[in-house]
Amino acid sequence: MSTAAPTQVGQPATARRRRGGPAQTSDRTKAERNLAYKLCAPAVIVMLLVTVYPIIYAVVLSVQKVDLRFPDESGFVGLSNYVSVLSSPLWWQDVFNTTLVTVISVAVELVLGMALALVMHRALFARGLIRTSVLIPYGIVTVVAAFAWFFAFDPSSGFVDHLPLIPDDKAWFGSRGSAFSVIILTEIWKTVPFIALLLLAGLATIDEGLYEAARVDGATAWQRFWRITLPLLKPAILVALLFRTLDAFRVFDSIFVMTRGSQDTESVSILGYNQLISRLNLGLGSAVSVLIFILVLLIAFVFVRGFGTSIPSQGEK
Amino acid sequence: MQDTSPRAKGGWTLALVLILCYALIPVIWLVSLSLKTPATVSDGSFIPKAFTLDNYSTLFQGGFDSPLLRPLINSVSIALIATVIAVTLASFTAYAIARLTFPGKTVILAGALAIAMFPPISVVGPLYDMWRAIGLYDTYPGLIIPYLTFALPLAIYTLVAFFREIPWELEQAAQVDGATPWQAFTRVIMPLAAPGVFTAAILVFIFAWNDFVFAITLTSSDRSRTVPAAMAFFQGESQFTAPTGNIAAAAVLVTIPIIVFVLIFQRRIVAGLTAGAVKG
Repeated sequence: MSTAAPTQVGQPATARRRRGGPAQTSDRTKAERNLAYKLCAPAVIVMLLVTVYPIIYAVVLSVQKVDLRFPDESGFVGLSNYVSVLSSPLWWQDVFNTTLVTVISVAVELVLGMALALVMHRALFARGLIRTSVLIPYGIVTVVAAFAWFFAFDPSSGFVDHLPLIPDDKAWFGSRGSAFSVIILTEIWKTVPFIALLLLAGLATIDEGLYEAARVDGATAWQRFWRITLPLLKPAILVALLFRTLDAFRVFDSIFVMTRGSQDTESVSILGYNQLISRLNLGLGSAVSVLIFILVLLIAFVFVRGFGTSIPSQGEK
Repeated sequence: MQDTSPRAKGGWTLALVLILCYALIPVIWLVSLSLKTPATVSDGSFIPKAFTLDNYSTLFQGGFDSPLLRPLINSVSIALIATVIAVTLASFTAYAIARLTFPGKTVILAGALAIAMFPPISVVGPLYDMWRAIGLYDTYPGLIIPYLTFALPLAIYTLVAFFREIPWELEQAAQVDGATPWQAFTRVIMPLAAPGVFTAAILVFIFAWNDFVFAITLTSSDRSRTVPAAMAFFQGESQFTAPTGNIAAAAVLVTIPIIVFVLIFQRRIVAGLTAGAVKG
């Protein structure tokens, strides 16, 4: 834990005095502590300003009737907004849709990301070129990625319908299954590189000697992967999974661009946006926001407690 | 020890080609669409049969009233301002965490991580209401403030990882050799810290450049709307023409800075992305 860790080099004086006179120590440590708090305060305030305060405000809004179209009808309504949301089939449909996108895309991303990481780790040549090209999907604006794939599949501008084995005028965004496939494909395309880079950094920390020893003992490549690579990569895999699961659960941009939620492809974020911004129903929309927040907390809790994902800040030297 | 036979080389070349296709096909498709005339936009061909630059020029017709000029200026300004402020604040915090002893370090790092995972949609409603009440709705600060919040964790993690690697005793060594504290800081520490600061800046810029949720909820006009939001609201020249070519052209324009960054700084971006997560 960082608080217990010794101070970095550069402060031998502090360390020496701490062991010595307690009176001097307290002055010196107090000064250091004050400086540290002053340095951290601006960033901490900005981070809290747009998260903690608004989420409390969202809770306050969610127990009221606040509809900007009917400003005179505001008032305290207790939990009735939550009852309306939780008893609406649309909410559960959207939770299901969001979960579907999250589970499929994260599972495929993990497999492809692992394959890509192994290729990048063992590549004989052109490592820089590979790294540069996979960074493009990572860096590209999500809305642009969504438009790129939308235009690739949409019959009025696409090339996919002209490919062999694909019906010439398939309306990809006209039915739920195919629209979801394209949305998930876009998510996967954009984030496989991120997972691959995280896993690649993990691969670099594995001692090559282990593989040599296993090879001498006659382990096949497949065995080496399952018995050495995977167990040693587990922490990196769990961190990548946690980040990506929470990220995928917020899916918004690509659905907004491709279908705006039509054909039953709405996600919980799109539902929140529709209630808050399109219908200006802040009370009901805030209830949706708070419920999404609780779901995200639940997912994080399951990862940290259930799978023992070690949060990066706790593994400090 | 690695297999360098022609067969292995062939395999690696195939893998390389596949990866290049994977990464580049959608980008090439956008470039191709952006150069096509309205009559050939649906031909499904990667090489335009009739080239035109009209899709680009119409985006800028009419100067400040044009569809893209104001959003482009907004995007660049907002992303740059957010980057400078975020990296400055994050440097203070990261310096304190990497070098000073104080209780609460773990709380700050864990809190930052929690914010990195926070769902933005949960705060857009309250922010929309708050910003309208205090006049920040549809302004630069109205977007910059949420960008700072969500970019700071990224910047702090990256910078802490970099700052921990700096041999800070060099600062004292320089002073022993007769340098003033200012010289020791500017000539010794700054050059060592610069790569980390720069990496954090690139990651924050990409984040702010990328945002869509805040950009469509907290703006209502070209006064502060950024390019991703403006693209989603593009209109065709008439009710009956889809603005495909224009959107593709705008998409190509916002992708250029990203490709330039990636080409020049790929090593740094990779180091920054993985610094927080793996070294921890």
